[in-house]
Amino acid sequence: MNGNGNLRVGLYICHCGTNIAGTIDVKAVAAWGETLPGVVVSREYKYMCSDPGQQLIVDDVREQHLNRIVVASCSPLLHEQTFRGATAKAGLNPFFFHMVNVREHDSWVHEDKQAATEKAKDLIRAAVRRVAFHKPLEKKRVPIHPDVLIVGGGIAGIHAALTLANAGKHVYLVEREPTIGGHMAKFDKTFPTLDCAACILTPKMTAVKKHPNITLWTLSDVTQIEGYVGNFTVTVKRHPRYIIEDLCVGCLECIEACVYKQAKYPDEFNLGLGKRKPIYIPFPQAVPQLPVIDRETCIEFKSGRCKKTCVEVCGDRKAIDFKQQESTETINVGSVILATGFQVFDARRLPYYGYGKFPNVYTSLEAERLINAAGPTQGEVILRDGRKPKTVGILHCIGSRDENTNRWCSRVCCMYSLKLAHLIKEHTGAEIFNFYIDIRTPGKGFEEFYQRLLNEGVHFIRGKGAEINTWPLDPSEEGKLIIRVEDTLIGKIRRIPVDMVVLSVGLEPHADAGDVRRLFNISCSSEGWFLERHPKLAPVNTFTDGIFLAGCCQGPKDIPDSVAQAGAAAAESLALIDSKFVELEPNTAYILEEACSGCKTCIPLCPYSAISFVEAKKKAEINEALCKGCGTCVAACPSGSIRQNLFEDEEIFEEIKGVLAHA
Amino acid sequence: MAYTYFPGCCMHGFARHCQDSLYAVFNALGLELRELKDWNCCGATSYIAVDEYQAFTLAARNLALAEQAGLEVVAPCNACFMVLKKAQDYLARYSNLRERIEAALARGGLQYSGTVQVRHPLEIVIEKIGIKALREKVKRPLKGWNVAPYYGCLLTRPYTLRNGMTLEAFDQLIPALGANLVDFELKDRCCGGSLTGTIEEVGDRLVYILLHEAKRHNADVLVTVCPLCQLNVETHQKQFIRRDREDVNIPVPYFTQLIGLALGIPEKDLGLDRLLVPLDRVLEEHPAELRAAA
Amino acid sequence: MSPSFQPSVKYQKQLKRDLAAEILATPGGEKIYSCLQCGTCGGSCPLSGYMDFTPRQLIGMVREGFKQEVIESFSIWLCASCYECTVRCPAGIHVTDVMYALKRVAIREGIYPRRFPVPVLAKEFMRMLKSTGRTNEFWLAFKMLVKTTPLKLLTMWPLGLQMLRRGRLCLTFNRIPKPAGESLRQMLESVGERQ
Repeated sequence: MNGNGNLRVGLYICHCGTNIAGTIDVKAVAAWGETLPGVVVSREYKYMCSDPGQQLIVDDVREQHLNRIVVASCSPLLHEQTFRGATAKAGLNPFFFHMVNVREHDSWVHEDKQAATEKAKDLIRAAVRRVAFHKPLEKKRVPIHPDVLIVGGGIAGIHAALTLANAGKHVYLVEREPTIGGHMAKFDKTFPTLDCAACILTPKMTAVKKHPNITLWTLSDVTQIEGYVGNFTVTVKRHPRYIIEDLCVGCLECIEACVYKQAKYPDEFNLGLGKRKPIYIPFPQAVPQLPVIDRETCIEFKSGRCKKTCVEVCGDRKAIDFKQQESTETINVGSVILATGFQVFDARRLPYYGYGKFPNVYTSLEAERLINAAGPTQGEVILRDGRKPKTVGILHCIGSRDENTNRWCSRVCCMYSLKLAHLIKEHTGAEIFNFYIDIRTPGKGFEEFYQRLLNEGVHFIRGKGAEINTWPLDPSEEGKLIIRVEDTLIGKIRRIPVDMVVLSVGLEPHADAGDVRRLFNISCSSEGWFLERHPKLAPVNTFTDGIFLAGCCQGPKDIPDSVAQAGAAAAESLALIDSKFVELEPNTAYILEEACSGCKTCIPLCPYSAISFVEAKKKAEINEALCKGCGTCVAACPSGSIRQNLFEDEEIFEEIKGVLAHA
Repeated sequence: MAYTYFPGCCMHGFARHCQDSLYAVFNALGLELRELKDWNCCGATSYIAVDEYQAFTLAARNLALAEQAGLEVVAPCNACFMVLKKAQDYLARYSNLRERIEAALARGGLQYSGTVQVRHPLEIVIEKIGIKALREKVKRPLKGWNVAPYYGCLLTRPYTLRNGMTLEAFDQLIPALGANLVDFELKDRCCGGSLTGTIEEVGDRLVYILLHEAKRHNADVLVTVCPLCQLNVETHQKQFIRRDREDVNIPVPYFTQLIGLALGIPEKDLGLDRLLVPLDRVLEEHPAELRAAA
Repeated sequence: MSPSFQPSVKYQKQLKRDLAAEILATPGGEKIYSCLQCGTCGGSCPLSGYMDFTPRQLIGMVREGFKQEVIESFSIWLCASCYECTVRCPAGIHVTDVMYALKRVAIREGIYPRRFPVPVLAKEFMRMLKSTGRTNEFWLAFKMLVKTTPLKLLTMWPLGLQMLRRGRLCLTFNRIPKPAGESLRQMLESVGERQ
């Protein structure tokens, strides 16, 4: 015993309905329990987690003066908190409680009832011997920093930022491109309602810029994050725009004045379908409404001998600064929302579709730009060879549902393909063919949209487009892109000549998603999508407390789902902030200073960087708030000077002896 | 650089002109070929249609023999090349298959460990000699020749080439010889070789499509890297020239015949006279360039 | 054409599951149940235009037990092993291996048109290989033609003559030297037919 007078243990065995009692003879175990040294009360009960079950513990502590509690029931993950609460309610330190898992570890995994009963006894004996050595512990309360970092300024990041900012929280929104808006800013109209993407997105983008609670950093990357839930320290690298944000008024005269009279370089926002100058704004409604200079193409950067007509026209405002340097910001936040989005599948990976080889083969994202009134062709569908298409083939599932590329369904392609079919038909009057494996339209209003397309006379051919070629077998095919397909419903091989092909490319994790994952210490699914803590019940949480997910970085989703998820992530973040404090589990490691030799073995081993070396004392020191109780340092310390709460040597040895006492 | 040479049946039979030119070119490039002793037929694509275990045994026996020599194996026929690679792949992937095949090989005192590399001579030329060095060695550039490459199926299917090599890299061989590259979408589409002589009408059609497309691109020559493709495209061409009086008339040399010509190796050493559709017409149309540079 | 009033309903009792089991056990055929029926195989196949059932349909029928239709299908003989379907199949099915397996079943059960060249060639190929270890295309073609379409020998002779004149026809067998040939034969026998 540990200075608490005589050991008086209360032992409770839960039936969990028949989950435990169906395999383990709970009555026999309870009777046997009474014979264990130190056990004063031994009971079995149908559901220990129920209110009357918990009350049993409270009453027994008061009446029988118990000082230790052992409950043999389910997994600690499920009900450890419940029983610690009951123990505390009875007036004991909650850490005088210990839990035995006789369900997952015993009744669920064994069939032999007698052996299972014996195993339950062994586990309980170990717990009773261990709990005797438990010490009273206190949970640490750490205040939560109310500011929030959001990484990624697409629709998910924007929506989460506005939600939090409207709730009065300060948000740092970090975006690596020169403008926020993400993929949605590139879309023409949105399915199934056909409202214009820019019309619904740009007001939100402007609201971000105007909001007093939002600090927006574009052309920026998070390079480091330290700390723990409630108290993160984040380093953000801000790349130079070569425009001083505070001085620029966004008149854009500098672009007009550039020595390049004609736009010459492929324009990233239009996926190379249009051209831009070395000084440019990605698109007219970009936020922030500032030009950016591309140092790869700007003459001043290449030769230093430009006339700098841009600087001339900017005049006294002096907003152009060719010497602008990268800068670093360090901020403190209490929670983080990752909304880093996706990239589209690179259709060059499947050479048989001819993307990059045949000019009139487009990706769906390029097609969005082509039909967009603000796009490179002002919304006229003009092909790379200058023609207008009379026939168009849209090939679904390119880079989705395919063992050779990505195995998942990208969820949005069916609907955006239908939308593109409708819009291209509307713009050109062309005959449109969709090639699909399955049409998936489970969203609100989606099936109705599919019906609409069917009635518009768009062709739907069930068969994955197998290849695009340009070798004619008939004069009618000359000069065309020929789609070869098995029409699986009719049961015929068909060759369909078209003028334009749209490849409905799938969504995939960013090429650098792995770096982001490591940076924020979260998990990824095998495909590379960020992993939620629970697919149903914690869909926006990660396994790292205080870091939440929103939008496509967690998996392909459409705009409504991204926005809903962003709202959920914002709400989780708010709940965390408004709880004001986080309670940290006390199962942390601590150092017996007199025994520490200062060898520093532990320091590089700590996965949470919780150990530092105090030069003055020549001793290691553990930051309790950072320690997650993994025990790595405890095991590694050569002098045995690191101990861990709830895993003290005597607790563990007694537990082992208890198990081995099986007779 | 020395290699174990797995000729396959055709190089000793109807494709001896391919073999002659292969030896001549490898010799000129300082690459040595040592014929695998006691090799047997790889099983091709026919044997597996009767018994897959025996088919894999045939391939594995060759691989086991080649392992003893410890050199990379050069297989100049796409079918042999693929069948040997496939045997390696499947024996590595299917342990029950491997056990059975190993037991059979043990009967003949052979062991298979899967260590040998199977290579196509085209890979060797591109990788070991390189486009640049080859260009420098050309004595008689094939100036004015419009040459379409035809790689056939099995060079890149189902297995991709080693070291990230692509057909586009191979294409560069043609300009290196001084000829014009005729790029050609059908360059890796099936010529129907395995239907030759069985379902003739269908095989014919595939060759017809191939040659017409080559002609549409103004190819004078269709260069092959597989003796089976070579035979198939050549004989079928003769057939429908005779039958339909359709004069496509595109010579179909094996790639080492073309390299040999450009290197200035005497024509008789390259077996040019054994082609059914001779190169004479192309040689006549562009003789000056060819000879002048010699 | 007068309409046929024969019902074309397939009854469950007519189905045979053993074919699917055999294909599943074939290296390369283990994924047939992943097939999405997308038709990439048929759309890619250079021969599919000639087929009575496309590879996709064959796989669908194998899975459902339409053994008779599959084995009697002309399609399995048309496969030229170009592997276009195999490399493109989104489900990772080695369609070419499935086609080989179907050929084996058909040859084993003797279900193919009389005098049909593909299985005859395959069997002659095997026979020649077992006796000499290598093949001789001239004799292989000759034997196949004799057994299937002897009249074709008449139309083929000019081509044969041209080949002969160019020294490309080898009339003698190209055998593996004796001891090695004997050992090869033993290996083939020991690995045996399907266990």
